[in-house]
Amino acid sequence: MTGIIPDGRLADLTREELVRYSRHLLLPEVGVEGQKRLKASRVLIVGTGGLGAPLALYLAAAGVGTLGLVDCDLVEASNLQRQVIFGTRDLDRPKTAAAADRLKALNPGITVNTYNMRLTSRNALAVIGDYDVVADGTDNYPSRYLVGDACVFLKKPDVYASIFQFEGQATVFDAERGPCYRCLYPSPPPPGLVPSCGEGGVMGVLPGILGTIQAAEVIKLIVGGGRPLIGRLHIVDAWLMRTVDVKLDKNPDCPVCGKSPTITELVDYEQFCGLGDDRGEEVPSVTAGELKSRLDAGDRVQVIDIREPHERSLFRFGGAVPVPFGQLVRRMDEFDPSADLVFICKIGQRSLYAIRALREAGYGGPMFNLKDGVNAWAREVDPDLDAY
Amino acid sequence: MPANLLVPTALRGFTDRKAEISLEGATVGALLESLVSLYPDIRPHLFDERGALRGFINVFVGEENVRGTGGLDTPVADGASVMVVPAIAGGAFGR
Ligand SMILES: [Zn+2]
Repeated sequence: MTGIIPDGRLADLTREELVRYSRHLLLPEVGVEGQKRLKASRVLIVGTGGLGAPLALYLAAAGVGTLGLVDCDLVEASNLQRQVIFGTRDLDRPKTAAAADRLKALNPGITVNTYNMRLTSRNALAVIGDYDVVADGTDNYPSRYLVGDACVFLKKPDVYASIFQFEGQATVFDAERGPCYRCLYPSPPPPGLVPSCGEGGVMGVLPGILGTIQAAEVIKLIVGGGRPLIGRLHIVDAWLMRTVDVKLDKNPDCPVCGKSPTITELVDYEQFCGLGDDRGEEVPSVTAGELKSRLDAGDRVQVIDIREPHERSLFRFGGAVPVPFGQLVRRMDEFDPSADLVFICKIGQRSLYAIRALREAGYGGPMFNLKDGVNAWAREVDPDLDAY
Repeated sequence: MPANLLVPTALRGFTDRKAEISLEGATVGALLESLVSLYPDIRPHLFDERGALRGFINVFVGEENVRGTGGLDTPVADGASVMVVPAIAGGAFGR
């Protein structure tokens, strides 16, 4: 197959380009023809974070003629552990602007378009419509479904990777030739069920591994040939260094790409992912200040610290009973149903889910959530402790 | 001979950080029930209120997704490798 760039868009390579890309030109599978396709290609990278950083660097170096970068965040200190496109001097700059500077320094011969905004149902079709391939490096489920659906509607390949702690997944969703994102994951996890990288952490090189796999897939789609990751999910566990490939099939009943689709335009993805619903109001909460007063007054309060042991050593909460999130139901007999239980975690999200899980498992005693977690306690009650 | 269940990183918090667990079960459903009886906190992450596999969880026996091979009734051969693959998004969840 000849790739996705029509011949009519190809232009000759300059003498400088023949030198710069000589290691590609030496590959019979790429050659001058393939390099011309790269030069003519337009790739949109959604999310200029851990995955977007290696993606953008390698695609710029490879001579992809036009790169689009979408991100609305500023560079933060905690990004630098893995987002290698940024340096310390970029702190507080918009990610798209800082990344564009780095890419232009790497390869002045390419065009970089920046979109310092969130991709939404309103703008996604217009932005994606200008590109040949989309590489999705976003960090949340609404964006994943938005990019996935938009790519189905516009018949564009969605080069996908996602990461968590030590594990990553990569595939190419191309509904013309295989399954889409919704074929694999018909519905998202409810909010708060899975801890975020902000809560769960991520090994810094992991997005480097997965983002580089995405870059390889993008280049293969453009040049044509090879075996693209369509219909296969490539799973990497970098801690065990175990990789597994499994088969992905198109779901004939898929609401977006199946035989009789029921979703034919972009929807409200925040709502689809259950964000902004009011389930959270069912759980009573206490603020850090209120908890402090109740403890000082000697009320019958039992504080349950559901954080993992390594988190507790970062920030010790005196007097709390440690029961990690993953052991609550198994150990609920240890709780005193006549006391007010107050559940604490880092930012007050996992504790919310902990209370719901215990309720569903049949625990009957009173339960409260420490609003905004131990980080709020550090800010408001005990400034000697550091938020983490 | 039991089957080998591969636990994804995102669910190891419910299995005392174990990445592989040897379990008995002639079908995928039976195998996951023996997992849940050992680690009850994992149940709501795998099954919805009606006991169906959740939409963000895929289970593979070898290379094959059980959605296409009979779901929870898919047979599990002795020594088979069964892998749970959840949706992960990377980055900030729920923003
Ligand atoms: Zn589909």
